[in-house]
Amino acid sequence: MSEYLAMGGYAAFIWPSYGVAAVLLVVLFVLSARRLQAAERALDDKDSEGA
Amino acid sequence: MSGSAFHRFANPGRFLRLASTVLPWLAAATALCFAVGLYFALFASPPDYQQGETVRIMYIHVPAAWIAMFAYGWVGLASAAALIWRHPLADVAAEAASPVGAVFTFVALVSGSLWGRPMWGTYWAWDARLTSFLLLFFLYLGHIALLNAFDDRQRGRRSAAVLAVVGLIDLPIIKFAVDWWNTLHQPASVIKMGGPSIDASMLRPLLIMALACQCYFFLTTFMRMRALLLEARQRTLATRRNTARPRNVAPVRGA
Repeated sequence: MSEYLAMGGYAAFIWPSYGVAAVLLVVLFVLSARRLQAAERALDDKDSEGA
Repeated sequence: MSGSAFHRFANPGRFLRLASTVLPWLAAATALCFAVGLYFALFASPPDYQQGETVRIMYIHVPAAWIAMFAYGWVGLASAAALIWRHPLADVAAEAASPVGAVFTFVALVSGSLWGRPMWGTYWAWDARLTSFLLLFFLYLGHIALLNAFDDRQRGRRSAAVLAVVGLIDLPIIKFAVDWWNTLHQPASVIKMGGPSIDASMLRPLLIMALACQCYFFLTTFMRMRALLLEARQRTLATRRNTARPRNVAPVRGA
């Protein structure tokens, strides 16, 4: 296992590459999903006010 | 896209309905492709005979770079459509995709740099491919900044669209930089005449990860487009209510 994680001595380059990608893609997805949810909720509230 | 097809799908109301049907499927496809792609990228593929294990960085670097360029094409063409036809959905498409493209560009820059250190002996070089790709990142940042620079939304969108269209020139420069100039970056090995020149065991993770990134792009972009359209609808409702209210209120005495 630790041999696998060592990646032939290149662990310090390989794991950060995937780490940065994972963090940024997840953060962008979560922000986009939250914004969409907020927009959907706001519009539902508007509709239920009977406007 | 031309004529009726463009108008059929470019209708904002129709897009909203279409997006809500497509989004769950896109989310499932994205998750599945990333799961399978990462399995092949990190476990079920051999080390390269020259690069050793660092070849695994390619399975995130190359797909990220492809989608970064695809996304810019999307932003640039949507901006052109917005400037020419003033279609409301085109502006929204450009605005929604820009941060997604910026993230992929950043991922490609960072992963390339992390690959360059052990393989080239340097994190960065001011060569044609790397510099034109860094310019792509600044084009995205400029586009996002301009969108938010004006109180008048429409003015911001117009200026951002002009920048995005002018910036399209960077795409062929990035693509052909490795052929036109003597650069450190290796030339194309997948999208080229005569077919890919890499082994199937390495092509597989590369293409599945590319598909995953492509699905992620559409998923996130469509979610953001839907959010922007709903926010716009809400603003319209708010202003309509504000202007309508005085008529419904009884006249104030003495007014």
